[in-house]
Amino acid sequence: MENVRMETKEVTVFYGQKAGVSSVSLPMYDKKITALIGPSGCGKTTYLRALNRMHDLNPIVRIEGEVLLDGENIYAADKDPVVIRRRVGMVFQRPTPFPTMSIFNNVVAGLKLVGVNNRDKLMEVAERSLKQAALWDEVKDRLSEPAVGLSGGQQQRISIARALAVEPEVLLMDEPTSALDPISTQAIEDLLATLKEEVTIVIVTHNMQQAARVSDYTAFFLNGDMIEYGPTDKIFTNPTDERTEAYITGRFG
Amino acid sequence: MLERMHGRLGDVLFTWFLVILGGAVLLIAALMAWELWSGGALAFHHFGFGGFIASSSWDAVKGQFGAWPFLLGTVITSALALTISFVPSLAAAIAIAEYTPPWLGEIIAYLVDLLAALPSVVYGLLGIFVLIPMLRNYIEQPFFTWAITKAPWLLTVLGPPTGIGMMSAVLVLSLMIIPYSSSLARDAIKLVPRSQREAMYALGATRWEVVRLVVLPYARGGIFAGVILALARAIGETMAVTMMIGNGHQLPFSVFGPAATMASVIANEFTEATGDLQMSSLLAIGFLLFLLSLLVNFIADYILRRMTAGEGRK
Repeated sequence: MENVRMETKEVTVFYGQKAGVSSVSLPMYDKKITALIGPSGCGKTTYLRALNRMHDLNPIVRIEGEVLLDGENIYAADKDPVVIRRRVGMVFQRPTPFPTMSIFNNVVAGLKLVGVNNRDKLMEVAERSLKQAALWDEVKDRLSEPAVGLSGGQQQRISIARALAVEPEVLLMDEPTSALDPISTQAIEDLLATLKEEVTIVIVTHNMQQAARVSDYTAFFLNGDMIEYGPTDKIFTNPTDERTEAYITGRFG
Repeated sequence: MLERMHGRLGDVLFTWFLVILGGAVLLIAALMAWELWSGGALAFHHFGFGGFIASSSWDAVKGQFGAWPFLLGTVITSALALTISFVPSLAAAIAIAEYTPPWLGEIIAYLVDLLAALPSVVYGLLGIFVLIPMLRNYIEQPFFTWAITKAPWLLTVLGPPTGIGMMSAVLVLSLMIIPYSSSLARDAIKLVPRSQREAMYALGATRWEVVRLVVLPYARGGIFAGVILALARAIGETMAVTMMIGNGHQLPFSVFGPAATMASVIANEFTEATGDLQMSSLLAIGFLLFLLSLLVNFIADYILRRMTAGEGRK
């Protein structure tokens, strides 16, 4: 039995007067990976950032429609975006280690925000998240070194560990491997398979093979519209819309 | 072919032009140091280098000159002014860069920068006609009268409550150096990448947490550079301080009472210096001021390098 963890109902994101994403309705199933694919500028990142109220930081953006997390609209007046972002974590396209913090402090940064200061507790969470992010063995002996000394792939896994440390219910990933080499990409894709046992994942990718390899469901975006949604197998083997077929067979994009 | 030769010649000429200009700057700095040194040589010779620095008597009649009170005055006023101005200037920078709507931020930034454009003699006049009477009537005298009955031991620390003296000079100095630290801090804060802020927001941070945990640490190099610029400005500030500090070189200094700085004693006395020894002593103080500024810059450079060491490897 599959539960819907998150859902959008006719979500439209306006940049000023222009709609970046128009009327998108999508379910995101619990402990599954939903991939958002489509050519550059199709609105998939814009849509993703609507799911944890990241657009709140930009005053010219306006959002219509509903984004439901466990059945409750996260844009409701009584919802605090700070709490929402704690429940819906995010990993960005480029690694974003905090340069003045050690590896350890990077990973537990979100925990310290909620007032966890017990050293043992922090250590326990850091170890768990770093193991989840498949980075523990590489960094366990140098947790107090600056995180910017790590390689790009390791930095991205630090970003993932940091997002996981606060135990989000949903994890949003915005092209998490686009800045990485094939080996680091492989490491992160392997990671997704184990992560989905615990969290619901929504991943934006412009790499179709990646979407086919890792996701359970796929939504295809084009020019701000969601064209087609379905189980990944079906989207990639037997798409209904001819535009989806054209994209996945590489005729544009 | 001819054109390429021409281009190469231009390159060589331009390189030499830059080398000469750059060299000239160094040469001028060296010349200044040399002039101050040779001008002050008589005093250094007469009292000994260490003796001149350590001596606190400054008496034209007896021909006794020492730099200690002025060195102390410069260090105390600068350090106090820096301490007082640090929080307001950082607060202004944070407010402008992070909190106010852009149009309001620009207005405030413009006004803060304007503080740096005012000639320091204007600050001196404001000090004499506005700040000094206010301090004297509303702060210094009431406090002094209170201390007479309640805490007589404080009186020597407080000094004469005339308004003219250390406290007034420090307050005006604090105001004067705010734009230097504030504008550099503001630029540094604005340069913090959006990705850094978003990464912290995405962890469930509030705006203040983002500022405190991400923005300020990331911008600390620029903030520190601003502090150093302000300190250098405070050390060298002459006119406003000379007009307000009361020019007393009697140690120990007191909170309200008159004091003097290296810059203020030079400005005050060089026109009426009697005898070669006094003139030479003033130049020697100029040389020490030069050294002090150099020292501050070296220390700042060292700290700045260490501070940004971790970020260089990105």
